[in-house]
Formats: sequence, C-alpha cells, structure tokens
Amino acid sequence: MVGIVNYGAGNIFSLTAALERVQVSYGMINRKEDFDLYDRVIIPGVGHAGAAMQKLKETGLVDTILALQKPVLGICVGMQLLTAFSEEGEAEMLSVVPLKTLHFNQRIDHKVPHMGWNSVQLDNNNPLFRDIADNVYFYFVHSYFIEYDATYTIAKCTYGLTFSASLQKDNFFGVQFHPEKSGKYGEQLLLNFSKI
Amino acid sequence: MLAKRIIPCLDVKDGRTVKGVNFVDLRDAGDPVELAWQYSEQGADELVFLDITATHEKRKTTVDLVKAVARQVNIPFTIGGGINELADAEVLLNSGADKISINSAAVRNPKLIDDLAKAFGTQFVVVAVDTRLINGKNFVHLRGGRDKTEIQTEEWIKEAESRGAGEILLTSMDHDGTKNGFDNGLLKKINEQIHIPLIASGGAGNVQHFVDVFQQSNVDAALAASVFHYGEILIPDLKNTLRSNGIVVR
Repeated sequence: MVGIVNYGAGNIFSLTAALERVQVSYGMINRKEDFDLYDRVIIPGVGHAGAAMQKLKETGLVDTILALQKPVLGICVGMQLLTAFSEEGEAEMLSVVPLKTLHFNQRIDHKVPHMGWNSVQLDNNNPLFRDIADNVYFYFVHSYFIEYDATYTIAKCTYGLTFSASLQKDNFFGVQFHPEKSGKYGEQLLLNFSKI
Repeated sequence: MLAKRIIPCLDVKDGRTVKGVNFVDLRDAGDPVELAWQYSEQGADELVFLDITATHEKRKTTVDLVKAVARQVNIPFTIGGGINELADAEVLLNSGADKISINSAAVRNPKLIDDLAKAFGTQFVVVAVDTRLINGKNFVHLRGGRDKTEIQTEEWIKEAESRGAGEILLTSMDHDGTKNGFDNGLLKKINEQIHIPLIASGGAGNVQHFVDVFQQSNVDAALAASVFHYGEILIPDLKNTLRSNGIVVR
C-alpha cells in the first residue's frame, strides 16, 4: 500500500485516480506515525520548489523521510525535493542526491516551461521502468530541471540540453514527468513502483 | 525531442458534447467522458473541454464532468468556460483539471491572468483568444466571436504572456468551421513573438492541414473538434502522416 505525503503542495486528485486505475491502494501521510501504515511512499508536488520545501519542513516530516528504508518516489517537484539545492527560490532541499535543480531559462533558447510529451532514454534495466521500452514518451510540465548525472540518472531526456527524467539513489526514486498523466506507460511506471 | 501535440476539443453543453459550425447550429456528438477515453486510447496528446453554457448554476455539472474525466482518462486536459475568479479555477484544479482556459474574463479583467498564475502556476493558465481579421488587422473577439473588441490580437497575446499565461490557444474565427486549413500566416507571426506554447485552432478539414500548420508556423500543438468527432480524421492515421512528413509526434 502506497502512502502519499500530504504536505499541501499541489493537487493530488489525478495521482490518486491513476493509482485507482492500476488498482494500487493508497492512503495519506499526515503525521510521522502514518509512515508505518505503508510499505512505500510517494512525494507528489507541483508549483514552486522552494515553497514546496518550506511546506514540507513545516510538516515536521523531513527527518522521517530521510530515514526511510522503504521505496520512495518523488514526482515532479517531489523529485526536485530530493536534490541538494534548487534555483527556484534559491532553496536548500533534502540532499538525498548531491545534484542541483536548475532553471531552463538562460541555459536554452527553447520555450519555457518544457511542456508536453518528450521521449525518455533509459540508462539501465531499472525496475521502475520494467516493461517500458526505451524512447517512449512521457508528459512533462516544468521550468526547472535536475542536471544529468552518470551516477544517479536512470532515465534522461533532452530539451535543449540533457537532464534527468528519472533518478535513483538506494530506495529513493524520482521522476520529473507526470506518470499519472503519461498514458499507459505512466500507469505502468506507477504499477512498477508498487512492486519494487 | 518534444513532440507536437494533437488536441481534440470537446464543446460541452449540459454535460454533453456538441460542436457548432461557426459556433452556431449545435449538433450532439456524444458523451464527453466516453469521447475523452476514446481519444486517449487513439493517441490524442491532450484534451480541451469548453463548457459553452457555463454559469454559476451549472458549475456543479462541470465539476462532476471534470472529476469523471480525471478518473478515467490518463492524459492531460484543460477545461474552459465560465471561469471568472480564482475560486472557479481552484474548484476545477481540485477536481483534477490540469489547466484552465480563460477568454472573455481575461479580456475584461487582465489582472485575472496575473492572479491565476501566481496562485496556481503559469502552467495552469491557458489564455484562449478568438481573433478575426478586419480591414487588414486582427482584433480580439468575445462571446465565441460574436463581439468585436478594439484590442489588437498580437498586442493582447503579448500582454497575456507578460502577465503569466502559460500557453495561448488561438482560434481564427475567419477559418473556424471552414475546413479550409489553419491560419498559418497569423500563427507563424504570433509564434515568433512569444516564448510560451501556441496552440493552433480553427480551420482543420483534412490531414494535410495539420502537416501544413506544423511545417509553416511551427506551433506547438493543433486543436480540432468536428473532424475528430465525426471520424473524418482518425488520430493514428493523422500521426502516421505527420511522422512521414518529418514532424515529431508521440
């Protein structure tokens, strides 16, 4: 059963609807004790990364999240929270991975946000992408990206530059795209996470 | 590479899908949730629902529709119609809408764009613009193209971008319903002046029109309604043709 960290950063109706479609049961995590009810955890997130980090701090759940041994999946801004620092709000983040979240502006001459379906290149046979082919399309909406890193990036994407579409360190996973809006492959990814 | 998007548009009235020819003579084209699901299965990249009879009394019907779509459909969707204030948008966001589209309300009160962008992020705010060419100049029109304003289309779109629009949905009223192709010249001109995605709307009649709009204006997405609703264009066929013309699609 998946616990969704409920820290007020964005709407989660679409995420819970997607979990229902793939028949993965879920509940909300509001307090430390709630983590014990679930065998894996999703950190959702849309909007401003710095503001999201501030909200997460205010829940008092940060230390518990960092100590988790069970699989954790950060989605979009939820993945950016796993980095060390974000240029969005010049904010210190959770530092699960020693990477930075950077703004597309001034680094590329494409339209920002990066919005729409883009193909993702898989770096290895990560269980998060089981039964998902290389170069399939996922739905992205973001103005900030996590730099590509040979150690932690498990799937990359190119939009003017190559960035981390997905990363992993130990039990912590992240996806920059929105699996809940990415058609059948997105649903497959959520199902995969429920079995990791 | 980022794919060009194909967006079926579902005009909704009292919970049913309709499509007007030149925005008049509405015909019933089915159940919106069923249509939405079919389009997502066929490979549509996104959906737009325009609630053309949205009023405060009808709002509950719309919220129920948005929830039903969000539950059953696994691609992003935009909802437009009757959004006049932050509270209207927030209800739709919490019901599972990925974006909202505002049109007349933004023209009447441009600050609404700033407020929505600040509250929910620019990616949530689509500004829809209906334009018509009059004496060589493009003017913004309201109420589905019925009411002319004195606002020039290009100026309005640039203002909308600077206020925080995340995307522009531009409908050429001169082309809409004609099935003679998109307004590629205007779309190209606008697209070169903005730094947010531009969705082309109005005039799609055949597959070649989609090839033309992407090749000639380089817009990010193309929207159509009746050609999809009546099965005149099937999305898998459309995407194959786009692909064979070197246009990146999902």
